[in-house]
Order: sequence, then C-alpha cells, then structure tokens
Amino acid sequence: MREALALLARDLKLAWREGGAIGVALGFYLVVIAITPLGLGPDLNLLARIAPGMLWVALLLAALLSAGRLFENDYEDGSLDVLTTGALPLAAVAAVKCLAHWLTTGVPLALLAPVLGLLLNLPLEAMPWLVLSMLAGTPAVSFVAGIGASLTLGLRRSGLLLALLVLPLYVPVLIFGVAAASAAITGPASPWPPFLMLCALSLAAIVLAPIAAAAALRTALR
Amino acid sequence: MQQTFGLAAHKLGCQRGGRTIFRDLSFELAPGQALLVSGPNGAGKTSLLRQIAGLLPLAAGELHLEGASPDHALPELCHYVGHLNAVKPSLSVGENLQFWSTFLGGAGADVRNALAAFGLAPLADLHAGLLSAGQKRRLALSRLVAAPRPIWLLDEPQTSLDAASLELLDAAIGAHLASGGIAVVASHTPLKSKFAHKLALGKERVR
Amino acid sequence: MISLANPTRFLELAARAIPWLAVAALLLIGIGLYLAFFVAPPDYQQGETVRIMFVHVPSAWLAMFGYVLIAIAALGTLIWRHPLADVAAKAAAPIGATFCFVALVTGSLWGKPMWGTYWVWDARLTSMLVLFLLYLGLIALWQAIEEPGRAGRAAAILALVGVVNIPIIKFSVDWWNTLHQPASIIRPGGPSIDPSMLAPLFVMAVGFTLLFVLLHLIAMRAEILRRRVRAMQQRQIEHAALVEA
Repeated sequence: MREALALLARDLKLAWREGGAIGVALGFYLVVIAITPLGLGPDLNLLARIAPGMLWVALLLAALLSAGRLFENDYEDGSLDVLTTGALPLAAVAAVKCLAHWLTTGVPLALLAPVLGLLLNLPLEAMPWLVLSMLAGTPAVSFVAGIGASLTLGLRRSGLLLALLVLPLYVPVLIFGVAAASAAITGPASPWPPFLMLCALSLAAIVLAPIAAAAALRTALR
Repeated sequence: MQQTFGLAAHKLGCQRGGRTIFRDLSFELAPGQALLVSGPNGAGKTSLLRQIAGLLPLAAGELHLEGASPDHALPELCHYVGHLNAVKPSLSVGENLQFWSTFLGGAGADVRNALAAFGLAPLADLHAGLLSAGQKRRLALSRLVAAPRPIWLLDEPQTSLDAASLELLDAAIGAHLASGGIAVVASHTPLKSKFAHKLALGKERVR
Repeated sequence: MISLANPTRFLELAARAIPWLAVAALLLIGIGLYLAFFVAPPDYQQGETVRIMFVHVPSAWLAMFGYVLIAIAALGTLIWRHPLADVAAKAAAPIGATFCFVALVTGSLWGKPMWGTYWVWDARLTSMLVLFLLYLGLIALWQAIEEPGRAGRAAAILALVGVVNIPIIKFSVDWWNTLHQPASIIRPGGPSIDPSMLAPLFVMAVGFTLLFVLLHLIAMRAEILRRRVRAMQQRQIEHAALVEA
C-alpha cells in the first residue's frame, strides 16, 4: 500500500512540476470550444442545444492528448523496468498511474467545462449535472486511455494511433455522459439512469482496464 | 540479517524477434558469489539480465532460486540496474532515491546510507536534471543500497563513471557479496570485484 | 488443433481445402443470388429494394463473426500460445473489415429509398460503424508494431478489450436510438420474415461464410509464407555477417 501511495505521490509531484501537459490539455479544450461557434454560427439556441455534446467530445479529445504520457516517460528513462520489480503488481502500478492521470487531467477538464459552457450558452441549471456527469465518466476515460497508452508504448505516431484505438471504446461513456448532462435541459427525462450507467462504466474500467494495461506493458517491455 | 539465496540457471534459452540469442546457458551462484557476463554487443548480456529480472520470458530452461519459499518471486528479490538510469529530472536527488527506496521496500535510514555510499549526500537537494552523466549513473546505482535485495543485476554499471566512482561501486558490490548477496554483472571492462564465475556469451553463433 | 499447429501441415491442409471451398462458396452464392433476385418476392412495403437485404444481412453477420473469430484467436495467442493463432487473427482482420464495410454500404443503399437519405444514425448502422472503427484500430495496431511477436500479443489484447466492449457499445447505442428495423430473423415467436425470403437469406449466409473461410485460409497461407521469407532473409543476413567476420 505504501508503494502505491509513494507512486501516486511521485506522479502527482511530477505532473505538478512539469505543469505543461495539464496546461496544454486545458488550453486545447478552450480552443476547440472557442472555435466551435465560429464554425457553426453564433445562433445561441443552436449552441445551447449542442453544448453538452460538444463539451463532452472536446473533453475526450483533450484527455487523449495527454494520455500518451501515461507510461511513455517511465518507459523512456528505464523507470518502468524497475517498477515491474516492485512488490506492487504491475496492474496496480498501471491503476495508480491512471488514477494520477484522472486527478491531473480528467478532474481539471471536468471543472473547466461549465466555464467553457458559458461560451456555448449552456443554461446555468445544466451545469451541475454537466460537471457531475464528467466527474463520473472521466475515470473511465483515464483508465481506458491507459489501455491505449500501454498498447502503443514506444511506437511512432503513438498519439494518433492511441486516439484511433480508444475513441470507439469511449462511445458508451459519451452517450451516457451527454444524456446525463443534457437531461436537465431537455425536459422530463431523469439524469439518474445515464448517470448511474456512467458510474458503472467507470467502476468496470477501474477494475478491468489495469489488467489489460499490465498485459500490454509486459508485452512492450520484452 | 537478510535472508540469503542461491541462484541457479539451467539450460536457459533466449529468443528476441524470432531469433535465438543464446541457448543451453547454465550457471550456479551460491550466496556471496558474483558472476561476470562478458561478450560483444548483441550477444545477449542484457537479455540474460532481463530474463532473471522477469522482464523477458525464458524461451527454454529454468531459473531456480535456492533457499526460497514458494511466495518468493524472483523479480521482487532483484535490483535491476540497466543501461537507463530511471532518474526523473524534475525531482531532486533525494526525492528520486526516497521514492525508489519506498517503492522497492527500503527503510528510512537506507536512503541516507545510499547517498553516502555513492558520494551523493552533498547533491541531495539538487534537481536531478542538473546532474552530469556520471552523477546520474551514481544515482541509479545508489538504488542498490537504498533498499535491501539479495540479487543485484548490473548492466554495464561502470558507464560514465570516473575512477573514484568505480571504487565506490566496487566497495558497494564487495559489501553486498560479503553479507551473502549475489551479483550478476554484464561488462566489457574489468572490475576490481572478485568474480567467482565468468560467462562469455556470443562465442558461437546460433544457427 | 494440435496437428494444425505445425505451419507446414496447415499449409498442406489449406492447399487441399481451398479449391473445394472456392467451388462451394461460388456455387452457394450463385444460387443465393439467383434466389434473391429472381425467386424471392418483393416486399409489400419496400418493393424490390428489399433484395439488398440478401447481401446486407449476411455481410453484417460475417462482420460480427470475423470479430468473434479474432477474439478466439486472441485467446489462442495469449493463453494457449498456439503458434498459428496470431496468423489467424492478422489474416481475419482485413476480411472482417471488408464485410463490415460492405454491410455499411449496402445498409446505406438500402436505407436511401426507405428513409430518403444515405445515412441515418440508427442503432444498427451506428453499431456497425463502431465495429468498423474497432477493425480499423486492430489493423492499424498490426501495421504500427514492427516486431511480429509483440504485434500479435498487442492486437490480441486489443481484440479482447474490444470484444468485451462490443455488448456495452451495442447496449448504449440501442439506448441512444432505435430507428432501424428490429432484428427480424431471431425473435421469440419465430422469424417475422416470410419463409420465401428466409431460404435465399440462409443460402447467402452460408455461401458468404464459406467465402470468408476461403479468403481467410488464403490470407493465412500468404502470411505464413511471408514470415518464412522474412526468416530466410534474416538467416541470409546473419550468414553474410559471419562470412565477413
């Protein structure tokens, strides 16, 4: 357990000190949302209708931007080799790193979303559920990104390949996330069923994704 | 007193990318003994070390840990110091070592001893990114003392080290062997440590 | 299974099976197409355009069959370490992707007269599109990793992750939208398609399946031979290095 906490603390410290990656992800999120109305026109009603979906799609892309660094850094400087010799199982190592990614990327993006929602005329009453749905869904995003990152470790163009591999797997998260976020706007449908599905998806991802990621890491380390 | 183990390899085979790197490799190390593995590049020195560390699967043969109970896993008893240093530039020297010490099962005092053993104490608060190549290598090697593990696997440990640092390395290996530990060292250049066994790889090409 | 593990034996068996499969597949597809276009009656609602179903539905089935095949091969690679498992997976991916693509195109063409547009985001077509993306991911991963051992294992992991996700994706897409015709073949209370349409459908399905197996065996042979050439080239390089030394 202390090994897991030490690894988490180290990864959080590194993310904080090498602050660049979080900043870039947040900046990317801002840029994509900012140019959307330029592409679609400033019709506020239209923007308000697409806001939850747009905010979710842009969040997925922004999260994927920083997913490459999940294992790449440790792989390149030899730390990953040494991490496998610890008492902590490799699946737990992968889980801790995905958790660190969620805390340093998923959560900030989710918290920024309502602010960006203002740019898209998102109604204020939709904001709590937007944030809640994102906080519930981004663990799945980070943990599934871990699978993609471990499969593409050390490959050329790994960023693009990672996105190609992982985005289809995000379809359920996206569907339920947008449904939960927009339920407050679109009327009587309750946000609870999709929200609970999101929680279930995240829990399943937290448990199962590290196993696949560890297998992929072992394969890459040979 | 740390538990001591022996390591025996029986007819090990290694394959990478579908090609056979070596086969029928055997050796036996009793506690307190060291093995020097030499050979040209590509002969399989790194592959052998990685097989013992559990990073590369065995294509053939077995590795046997003498004196171990079933819940001992070989990789968890090894220190693996490869070509890369596993040093994070944005953490300080002390933070780097403290992390590895905790992660690999060391105690608080071990970090101070490790810094001292490799002459890094004055650099402890510096960001590791500022270190020279030799200092980074010493930081990587100081992991060996930062957590107690019976089996040391060193891949060209002397890279970037000056004469004084080589002395520190030899002293550390000597102390480790004296307390019953085992070391497998891959190296082109001679080290002062006494090696009970030597293995030269790559003498015959495998068809 | 074990006897098939030897690539040479497999090549022999494949070589013998391929001509028979080719004849059988062509025959059945030929009969199926004849039945589909000349014998089966037009649908009372959709008219003649329903005939596209006889290509669309079997293609969709085989797209799913292909992915399941890859998933089973993935288990073969990761758990049983069957030597031909990754060859089977690698060979099946483009074939499955093509059937998936055919299903998408025929689905779109079938939809145009019914819905008025070439694409509608209904549950079935959307799920098929996501399946196509999963296939593309597998193929891209195979291409991106040079070392065949690692490529095989990585693709196997991805295939298993995908196969676990497919039901979840399907469920979520269904939940999201239901415009497409409900699955009219397998339904409690029997198929709702007229038996005169069922026969050509099954003939086409079996014919397509044989076609899949045929293409798969051909592709596996090609892959095995490709690997042999690579191994020979590697030995040549090593021998040359020895002679120089």
